[in-house]
Formats: sequence, C-alpha cells, structure tokens
Amino acid sequence: MVNPVTHNLKKYFRGEINYTTCPGCGNGIVAQAILWAIDDSGIDFDNYAFVSGIGCSGWIPSPAFNTDVLHVTHGRAIAFATGLKLAAPNMKIIVTAGDGDTSAIGGNHFIHACRRNIDLTMICVNNQIYGMTGGQIAPTTPYLSKTTTTPYGSVERPFDLSKIAIAAGATFVARWTTFQARQLRKTIAKAILHPGFSFVEIISQCPVQYGKVLKKRNDAVAMLMDYKERSINLKKARELQKSELKDKIIVGEFVEERNVPELTQEINRLREEALQKCQR
Amino acid sequence: MIHIDKDTCKGCGICIAVCPKSVLEFSKELNQKGVNYPEVVNEKKCILCENCMIYCPDFAVVVKKDGKK
Amino acid sequence: MEKNKKIRNADFLQGNIACAEGAIMAGCNFFAGYPITPASEIAHHLSKRMFEVGGTFIQTEDEIAAIANVLGASWGGAKAMTATSGPGISLMLENIGLGVVTETPCVIVNVQRGSPSTGSPSIHMQGDMLQSKFGSQGDYQIIALAPSSSQEMFDLTIEAFNLSEQFRTPVFILSDSLIGHMRERVELPNKEELALFERRRLKSYQGINQKIFLDEKVALMPVFGNGLKANVTGSTHKEDGFRNVSDPKILDNEIKVLSNKILKHKKEIIRIEEVNLEDADVAIFSYGLSSRAVLKSIEVARKERIKVGSFRPITIWPFPDEEIKKLSNRVKTIIVCENNLGQLLPFVKAAACENCQVIFLPPKTLGTLYHTMEIIEKIKEVV
Repeated sequence: MVNPVTHNLKKYFRGEINYTTCPGCGNGIVAQAILWAIDDSGIDFDNYAFVSGIGCSGWIPSPAFNTDVLHVTHGRAIAFATGLKLAAPNMKIIVTAGDGDTSAIGGNHFIHACRRNIDLTMICVNNQIYGMTGGQIAPTTPYLSKTTTTPYGSVERPFDLSKIAIAAGATFVARWTTFQARQLRKTIAKAILHPGFSFVEIISQCPVQYGKVLKKRNDAVAMLMDYKERSINLKKARELQKSELKDKIIVGEFVEERNVPELTQEINRLREEALQKCQR
Repeated sequence: MIHIDKDTCKGCGICIAVCPKSVLEFSKELNQKGVNYPEVVNEKKCILCENCMIYCPDFAVVVKKDGKK
Repeated sequence: MEKNKKIRNADFLQGNIACAEGAIMAGCNFFAGYPITPASEIAHHLSKRMFEVGGTFIQTEDEIAAIANVLGASWGGAKAMTATSGPGISLMLENIGLGVVTETPCVIVNVQRGSPSTGSPSIHMQGDMLQSKFGSQGDYQIIALAPSSSQEMFDLTIEAFNLSEQFRTPVFILSDSLIGHMRERVELPNKEELALFERRRLKSYQGINQKIFLDEKVALMPVFGNGLKANVTGSTHKEDGFRNVSDPKILDNEIKVLSNKILKHKKEIIRIEEVNLEDADVAIFSYGLSSRAVLKSIEVARKERIKVGSFRPITIWPFPDEEIKKLSNRVKTIIVCENNLGQLLPFVKAAACENCQVIFLPPKTLGTLYHTMEIIEKIKEVV
C-alpha cells in the first residue's frame, strides 16, 4: 500500500524514496537532516550540486536527489567538488563522505580543502567502520576494537575528525550524533550558508558492521541510546577533566569564523588584478 | 496524524524508541519485507513532536498536523 | 585583452609554453596541476595567464586532486587541462578512467621523462605510450596526440581541446622532456581564424530518463548548474546515467558504445604525416621527437637515391592500423623508430606483418636522440 500522505521531502527525490541501506542505518537520518536544512534555506534545489565518493554515505545523494549529482572515485569527492566549485562558483555544493573516504584514502584532500577555505559544505558520516566492504577497521575505529581486519583488537589510535578539521583551518566545524537530528538540521542549514569550508561530522550508527563490534548487532536503537548517553555538549565538556571525558562524544558547533578569505573570492580578486595589469 | 508507510519500513524500531509518549508499538503482523513495523496505538497522546518522522532512516513516517497539508 | 603584448603572430617559444598558449587559444579556462619536472613550465605560465583570461589556476595537493579538479571543473562548464609527467599520470589513472566513462572532456598533457618510478626527470623518453591507452582499469579507448615540435605543442593542444569537446572524452598530449624544453619559432594564428569546437550542451531537462550518456554519435553534455538534474557516476550506467552493476548487458553496452564512440570516428580523429612515401620501398614509422632524426635521415638517403619515406602518426590513439595496413601494401619494409623498447612495435606488426616485414630500431642509448647514421645504416641494410 502506498502511503496516502506524501513526505514533505519527497519533492527532492528523483522518484520514489527507496534507500537500500541496512535497517536502522544512520544514513537516512542524515539524508533527512540535509534535506530539511535545504528546505529551510529557501534556495532552489537546482542550485545545489552533490558530490560523493565510495562507501555507504556516497549513496545519500546518488542517485536519489533530484539535482546535479556527481558520484566519483573513493576518497576524491572533495577534489572533484573543488574543481566544480571553482568552475561554477554560484552553485551550492555539498559533499557527502564517510570516515574512510574523508580521513583514510581522501585525507589529503580533506585537510587541503580546510586550508583553502573553499566554500563547500562537507557532510561526513562517521560510522567508525568500513561498512560496505565488510566491517574492516577505519582510521576512526576506537583503540582495541575487534573488527574483521583486527581480530586481536586494534592497536592504532583513532582520528578525531573535527579536531583535524579545526587544526587544518576549516572555518566552520561541528559534530553531532544521529541522536541529535534536530540540532544537526540547524547546523547543516548554517553550514550551507557559511561562506567558506564547513565541516559537519555526524557520528552515525552502522548497526550491522559496527554494531557487531559493539556487540549490539542489528540494534540501531541501542546504538542511538548509547549516543544519547555518551554525548556531551561542548560547553559542558569544557568544565570537565580529561579523565571525565573518556568515552564521551563531544558535540556542538566548535568553530564558526566568518572573516577568513574564501578561495573562489580570492580567485576572483586575482582575475580582476590580472585584468587591470593587462589593460595598463 | 501519523502516517506510516508500512511496506517501506525495515523494522529498525527507532521511531518507537524516540517517541516521548509511547504512541507507537511494533505490529503483530509482518510487512512485505517480513519485518514488524510500527503501529499507532495511542494517537491521543501524540504531541506532534515529529520525532518518529525525522529519525526514520527510510522516510517511512510522515507526521502532519490535522487541517494542514 | 586579447592582444596581450606577449602574443604576436610568431614567437620563439619553449614547447611547454607553446602548449600553455595553445590551451589559452583553445579557450581553456581551468588549469589544475602539481609541480613536476619536466612539465612545470606549463603550470608556471598558466598561473599567470589563466587569470588574465578570466580563468582559474590551482596548484593542487597532488596529481590525483589535479585530475579530479579538472574533471569537476569540466562538469561545471570549464574547458579544463592538467599537465604532468609519468609519475603524475600514474597517480591520475584511476580518475582518467572515470573521465572516460563519465564522458568528461578535458586535456591531459604528459611531458614524458625516462624510466619507471622516479626515473630520470630530465631525460626524454617515449615510455608512457601504452600507459596512456591501457593504464586505467577496464577496457576503454582514448585519444592521444604526439607533437614533435614547439609548433605542434601549440597546434595539437588546440586540436586536443577540439577533439575532447567533440567526442566528450579525455584527450592526451604525449610530449617528452626535450620537446617540452626546446625553443623554436611558433606561428600563432589569430583566434578569429581558428576553428574551435564548442561544447555541445544539453539545453533543457528532458525528464528522468533523458539520454545524456552512451551515444556513439556523442550525447549532449548536461553541464551542472543549469537545472538539468544530471546523475553522473563512475559505476556502470545506462544512457540516463543511472547505475546498474548487476546486469552484464548494461556493462557490455557501456563498454562497447564508449569504444565505438572513438573507433567509429577514427577517420575524423586520426592524423598522419607522410613524407616521400609515394615511391618508397622502405617506410620509417616514428612519432614525436624520434621523427625529427628520421626526417633528416630520409633526406640524406634520398640524396643517395634510396626510396625511403616517413610515416608519422600524429594521432597515436586510436591507433592508425588501417593506414599502416595500406602502407604495408605499398612498401617492402617498415622500420619502427621509437625511444623505448618497442611499445608501438606490436601494433605496427599486427597491422603490417601480412604484407611486409617490420623491423625495430631503437636509439642506441635510450633517452638520447637518434644519430642519423644509425637510421641510414639500417635503411641501407634492409634495401
């Protein structure tokens, strides 16, 4: 039976809404947050383009969203988006990527986009595992986790992606978990309008592959409740000792800097200066 | 009004867990996918917070205020 | 603006600079690259010139990003180019494959250097001829042009842009460090006189199943930002761009149509330079820098009344096998001269071996110019 009532966000889809993600996957919650934020922005959907790479989160916009979508190679979404933005600076470009895409194979592009402060919105769905390929360890998987490639437990320390973004110079950095879907929507709306590189990290449940690691297999609810339990707002976290923050997920908007030169504007300036020199 | 597209549902149960008023419960029947989907059992308690809608990973739940589109 | 003081009707230009100016003349307005010897001069020059023509120059974090930027910019409507050498091409290859299957026009300049790995950055070789055609995974066709002078660095860069737009595909320029670095007189045409192929764009959204890919006659390109709702993916797809990775028929169709798009237009694409072949018994197959010594050798041999001529493919890929087959009916011997251990030799043999003998003559030392005597001796040996 077809739902007699249409979802408010259906207008943004090419056809029926049909995500082929596993039951309880956080992708859909993130997809909703993105589309609600776009709905809030008042900007025509045709002015948005999505660029995504390989991994489950690459399927958030592709092929579902009914606008220009570029689905590229593993890790390179930011690099493609950089070229696209420079050639079409009036477009709103949103990159969706997973933690592997962002910080393993594509880590270099990620930090350089932060440094360049190019006006892209990066939505990083961090499920702390390689989901699609079968639950291998990611650069974000916690220490001692037993995954399909770390049967004895991981001996590497995980990345804190938001910290990397801040250190690399991103001018808008925020982190939420999928449990804070409402805050996430507001943050993404802000990130879209932010004139520079914005990085929004979402700790998101992968009930199948990471659920297995946590011994919560196929239990999306338990993972969400765990996020509820462990999330701590940035302001509260500032008052606590490091030891008290162990196993906590610090959430909130970490950075919002508005007066940093943005790359496409800088390039525009260079064009004007070069043109003036030529005419002289 | 809460509208549930039961055959789109994958039965993750998130909507049931995030409802502050216990409006939803798992169905006894299975849907086309062979999973138990949420059913509205306590509509009067619903405060239209939309949690079930915005947390649904499959866009299977729609909450609309009566009289509005 | 158009009359920049640097551009006159003729100039004495380094090959790499000629390439950069050719790009500007072709309407290139986006360059992304990463520093590498012996291609860096192209980036140096365009870092200034791009902004003068209202374009964009960006030095990326690596070559992977450079080609990704170029392909992204092409979807944003730009005429885009990158320039590098073998190590950079090696890094770019995955995304070059994406450029082929997403039918993204762009120009990739490879100023070849010697040896695998880091190799010899300033020694010229023709070692990447097969890499450009076979480097990325899967099965695909590509267009590649081999210039042999500063003039051709200029002309063929324009040609490369035209071909890339006409056939919606990445096009290689296969130069080498010596052509890139030597300086020669280059005649510069007026832009008004040039025939530039402008991108054939889709004008309006045609509905969800619009045919925006996989047409042997080349589908119109749905450039981003125009409400065309293009779905572009590196996964196997149908004409409408939607992915289907489970049906071998879709895969079969994608590979065949993409290949036919190039192969069925070989006559329009392939350019050959033939010298003194009318009455020749011996033809010398050479390209790029190698052909310069060949031409001199032929001049000397002709004075000794030896009937020898030059067959120089300007287009390397698609390979001019039909033209070589015709040649093999006319001559007794084809001598293949290339600055490598015989990369195109098997392709010449395959096309010619039924009709004439094919002999390979590499330079005595790889990475050096042929000495004319080496070639003349070989000609005399076979006559």
